[in-house]
Amino acid sequence: MVPAIRLSSVTKRFLTPSGGVYTALRDLDMAVEQGEFCSVVGPTGCGKSTTLALISGLERPSEGEVLVSGKPVTGVMDGIGYVFQTDAVFPWKTVLDNVAAGPRYHGISNREAHERARDWIARVGLAGFEDRFPYQLSGGMRKRVALAQSLINGPRILLMDEPFSALDVQTRNLMENELLALWSASPTTVVFVTHDLEEAISLSDRVFVITAGPGTVKSDYKVDLPRPRNVAEIRFQAGFTAIYQEIWNDLRDEVLVSYERQKRSGAA
Amino acid sequence: MSGRSAAARLEMTAPVSAAQEAAKVLNLGARRSRARRRHRLNILVLRVLVAVVGLGSWELGTRTGFIDPFFFGQPSGIAHQLWVWVTDETSLGPLWLQVLVTFEETVGGFAVGSILGVIFGILLGGNKLLAEVFSIYIKAANAIPRVVLGALFAISLGLDIRAKIATASVLVFFVVFFNAFQGVREVDRNLIANARILGADDRRLTTEVIIPSALSWILASLHISFGLALVGAVVGELFGATAGVGELIYYSEANFNTNGVFAGMVLLAAMALLAEALITSLENRLVRWRPPALGSEIQI
Repeated sequence: MVPAIRLSSVTKRFLTPSGGVYTALRDLDMAVEQGEFCSVVGPTGCGKSTTLALISGLERPSEGEVLVSGKPVTGVMDGIGYVFQTDAVFPWKTVLDNVAAGPRYHGISNREAHERARDWIARVGLAGFEDRFPYQLSGGMRKRVALAQSLINGPRILLMDEPFSALDVQTRNLMENELLALWSASPTTVVFVTHDLEEAISLSDRVFVITAGPGTVKSDYKVDLPRPRNVAEIRFQAGFTAIYQEIWNDLRDEVLVSYERQKRSGAA
Repeated sequence: MSGRSAAARLEMTAPVSAAQEAAKVLNLGARRSRARRRHRLNILVLRVLVAVVGLGSWELGTRTGFIDPFFFGQPSGIAHQLWVWVTDETSLGPLWLQVLVTFEETVGGFAVGSILGVIFGILLGGNKLLAEVFSIYIKAANAIPRVVLGALFAISLGLDIRAKIATASVLVFFVVFFNAFQGVREVDRNLIANARILGADDRRLTTEVIIPSALSWILASLHISFGLALVGAVVGELFGATAGVGELIYYSEANFNTNGVFAGMVLLAAMALLAEALITSLENRLVRWRPPALGSEIQI
């Protein structure tokens, strides 16, 4: 079977404002199977978000190739959902119009888009909040809007960039469980970027560890914990600690490297 | 999943018996309207107080001889002048006609200037090449004291309303342009990325993300630019006119009628305040999605 996502020897460089070159990713290889839920962990600044931007087509690789369902990515394509780290719901649209945006951009009539949006709003637990503006919602509710906004388009691939990092632990666990429920009910492939190893293991089938920048895949781990999972309780399971320890051994060195570098550049 | 999830329930407040809740809400409603009324009354009283103190000391100054009313006017004289204008007529004809003429010039200039400003601002804000090419010319044009263009327009467009509209619109254009330009530049990159991922084409991106996002900047500039349009219209009348509040002011000035000059200014101020109120209500309608400004809540 063709992997849902394949990045082969991908390098991404940026020009810095001071005229230098910053290499975010170097020779990154990565393949994600259809329907897989995988997480990408790594120290800050290792290019995790850049990886998602490349898969989405928002950014192009400097070298190497990005394939989605076997086809090279040449720009933003249909069938991809993206939940951003910061709030990206439209502040001037109501919850209903925010969720209906995707279908409307695809030329679906206002009425049908609204109908589908209502359905999705109910599915993410926001029924009754259709007419609110984002500023009237809590952070967790805004994330639900963002999730519904992405999922209404029926994406084959859902990219998530630390979507829950700004939420409190309880809300976060609820959202993670709901994400798993929504994911298991659909054939979607998920790439979930996080700096939280526990979150990565609880959610995923596979965890990629990225090295300190320039990022490349250091190792990947299968997570064989049974599903359906409850993320609030999964860490009490026997296998969890073992796999956490294994991945953490790998990740720790990278985190230390990145930390040392930050300290040095801060001191310089 | 169906219906409301556990999380949504968590995010709502604990249940209270329905009757209790209804009584509380009613009570709260009454308290709220009372607090709001009291707040408004306080503001009104303070405003009147400022006017009484300001105008009172001016009047007192002229009566006691500290201030020469010939040069500096006198509130009672200004009020009398306004009364004469309203009940009888001005030296240029009926007062309403003067106000109407200036209002037309101002609104015309305001409309032309702000529409062009918005169009060019969005065009240049969204196109890096255009912005880099034209920015130097726009900065240069902005540095010219633009009221002198009024003289040019009086020659090229004649003494009718077009010259005044042109003068006013030139003043308005730059303010609105720079705001629209900046507004487009400041659009959150994340929102643009999100819209593109969701499937928006370039046209949708402009109408659904860039314009709404720049709108608060544009609307903020409209407050200032109506005042500028008024300046443009009045300056335009200076370069030659047969009617208008500005013309009325020059006529009074030429006759050493200081109170007439002040009375004209009162009329202009009233027009500006009226327009300000209209723009504010437009703004409130268009940017309903913005959280209330800090400190605008009344605590109860």
